[in-house]
Amino acid sequence: MNPIVKVDRRDFLKVTGAATTGLILGLYLPQELRAAAEEAAAFQPNVWINITPADKVRIWVAKSEMGQGCRTGLPMIVAEELEADWKTVEVVPAVLDPKYGNQGTGGSRSVRSGFKPLREAGATARAMLVAAAAEKWGVYPESCSAREGSVVHKPTGRKLRYGALAVLAGKQALPRQVTLKDPKDFRIIGTRVPRTDVPDKTDGKAEFGIDVRVPGMLYGSIAKCPVFGGKVKSFDAARTKAMPGVKGVYQVPSGVAVVADSYWQALQGRNALNIAWDEGPNAQVSSEGMRRQLAELAQQPGIVALNNGDAEQALAAAAKKVEAVYEVPFLAHACMEPMNCTADVRADGAEIWAPTQAPSWVQEYAMKATGLPASKVKVNITLLGSGFGRRAMPDFSHDAVDVSQAAGAPVKVIWTREDDIHHDFYRPLSYHRLSGGLDAAGNPVAWTHRVVAPSISAYNFGPLKDGKDESLAEGTAVAYAIPNLHVDYHVAENIVPVGWWRSVYNTQTAYANECFMDELAAAAGRDPYEFRLKLLQNAPAHKAVLELAAEKAGWGKPLAQGRTRGIAVHDSFGSTVAEVAEVSVESGAVKVHRVVCAVACGIAINPDSIEAQVQGAIALGLGAALKGEITVENGRVQQENFNDYQVLAADEMPEVEVHIVPSTQAPGGIGEPGTPPIAPAVCNAIFAATRKPVRRLPIRLSA
Amino acid sequence: MAAITFQLNGKSQTVDADGATPLLWVLRDTLALTGTKFGCGMGLCGACTVHVEGAATRSCVTRVADVAGKRVTTIEGLAATPQHVLQKVWIEEEVPQCGYCQSGQIMTAAELLRRKPHPTDAEIREAMAANLCRCGTYLRIHRAIKRAAAMGGAR
Repeated sequence: MNPIVKVDRRDFLKVTGAATTGLILGLYLPQELRAAAEEAAAFQPNVWINITPADKVRIWVAKSEMGQGCRTGLPMIVAEELEADWKTVEVVPAVLDPKYGNQGTGGSRSVRSGFKPLREAGATARAMLVAAAAEKWGVYPESCSAREGSVVHKPTGRKLRYGALAVLAGKQALPRQVTLKDPKDFRIIGTRVPRTDVPDKTDGKAEFGIDVRVPGMLYGSIAKCPVFGGKVKSFDAARTKAMPGVKGVYQVPSGVAVVADSYWQALQGRNALNIAWDEGPNAQVSSEGMRRQLAELAQQPGIVALNNGDAEQALAAAAKKVEAVYEVPFLAHACMEPMNCTADVRADGAEIWAPTQAPSWVQEYAMKATGLPASKVKVNITLLGSGFGRRAMPDFSHDAVDVSQAAGAPVKVIWTREDDIHHDFYRPLSYHRLSGGLDAAGNPVAWTHRVVAPSISAYNFGPLKDGKDESLAEGTAVAYAIPNLHVDYHVAENIVPVGWWRSVYNTQTAYANECFMDELAAAAGRDPYEFRLKLLQNAPAHKAVLELAAEKAGWGKPLAQGRTRGIAVHDSFGSTVAEVAEVSVESGAVKVHRVVCAVACGIAINPDSIEAQVQGAIALGLGAALKGEITVENGRVQQENFNDYQVLAADEMPEVEVHIVPSTQAPGGIGEPGTPPIAPAVCNAIFAATRKPVRRLPIRLSA
Repeated sequence: MAAITFQLNGKSQTVDADGATPLLWVLRDTLALTGTKFGCGMGLCGACTVHVEGAATRSCVTRVADVAGKRVTTIEGLAATPQHVLQKVWIEEEVPQCGYCQSGQIMTAAELLRRKPHPTDAEIREAMAANLCRCGTYLRIHRAIKRAAAMGGAR
């Protein structure tokens, strides 16, 4: 059935900007395109689509491309409803502009939030092209249909390309309602459309933030206090100023900046600075101290996030009680492209080139720092050398704005890898105290989970209302049919910068939940897969992925000598993922051989991108589980670079199989949901081998 | 500062630079060849890999003075032909995600295939182990190298 969507004009305006004036050509086009568009008399029914008389279909993408494929997936959605000929589609990255709505990229939200408005945008344009053809032919629009970039008059077989209809389409009335395609008729969505950004990423042409070059540009490097919250007390730049290429030394809010003709000169100049730091009140903080603080807080009841039944009473009455504590460390994102940004701040305006997930925050700071209005602060969003949530924080763009302003020239500020490891917004460390009760038959009757962690919201956005931050309990509402559930949390005091790390608190809570499920299954004397399955009869997505992953992994079938399997399932960001890890423990080392993954993510826009995202999510999560740990001592991060903050290497990558559960439901997120299950799946395989639960990450095998 | 001459992507190139400057920054800042990436500055991640006299080399820890008179090839100059076989298979296998490490991955793979036109799985893993990718494209890199080998390897 084709859903008829009544276009809510307020909603539609929100997503498509000046849609109602869209037929007055050029009125709201980006300045530099205006002349060309007028000349070409292109059809631009909304901010997303522009069809030229030369039959070129341009589709704008307002989200940041960081490898997740949004410059392919989002245009596919538009093109599907537009009935575009994909071969004629050209993808155009948008600059920051309120007409595109929220341009923040994160929370695995791009496809989820774009699915409906982008379909409607495409369908609107299609209806207008059909109306144009009908007018031209003097026939009823109902007798015409659109397919692959043409409108066809069915009774006569007449056919016109979209390009030939562009001018006339621009004169059609904006339809009051549009008919969306039945998902069974999708011919672009659901196919492995090659990624539009890939070719330029194989020959050096792709331009990331760090590759931006602006006429007259200088390079900057900033020495920052290694202690969180520390400040510059005084500095001596005499040596630096005498060095070749150095143009200036400036104290900026984040430290002392050296500006030079080349980056290497700026870095050498920075290294020659003599800075006395005021380390401030945090110079005694350590992650070990924080662990103790978290453990202490976990002794007391916290803020209740979820309460079904009476877990306390059920636990007291249980035939068997299991208790466990799980701990996870701070993690850095360590994006391959170090933080960087280029800014050109002038008296009359500013332009910024930022590899950012949060362009509006980049602009906001620049406006504050310069006093310029939004209309005078242009933010270009470059390709991102990965993001994982790190580039949702705009701190690195502040650096470029501050330094450009101080130097009075366009400046590209590049962080070193050490700067990146020392000044991240880390995945919070956390402490999880769980207890579970089994009845005499081994069925779980009670489950409690207490989360203790710093709050990302409190650190970044100021004091919490009533001290509450429900996001700490993200992922704790397990889908298992356990009659008595109780979840509470404590927000830990914290001075270490914390932020969103691919799947946020789900990485911690899924690890605790799913490892604890295996401990419960062991206490019940049950197989961990069967134990879960029995409790997921009323959770269809969880059941489907669990069964599919188990089947494809050959759960229960014999394995090579020395290998064991572990399973985990978790839902986050609108999708549910189960993973089975095949692991061996040899001479004290964990080797993950194979991961079989099943994903329920609604309609699969681009199955190849989904596979890639899940492979990547597993690689990131596995590296963290095996090796990832940021420690803090004397108020500063102890790790420096990839030598001591190790990430997963090619020879540690397991085989990964991704199976997608077919669906006609609206899409779920896919950038993040593959991450949470991998740590517990691996830990559960180790538990199966050693009978010792892994209660702290990264995985350390005790002798 | 001194004039340093080397062969860059088949052409003689002279730069005026402090000889201690890493080749990476000469390529990127002086010569505007930004396909070679900065990742760690310590030769740990492989994003800056170029070929010096045909050998995969970390340009972030190679002084420009040390390549004087030598042949340097970057991702931009990998093949004289428009598309090197590795770039072709990289596209066919949809290898890149963010893409930032891929220049270095391709340069390392190119050297591997030149040395060993038909590498075993273990040889691929070993050769590629020091080129980090945070997006987790390792499986596709592996597949792409095997495919390139099956197609006759690097020219």
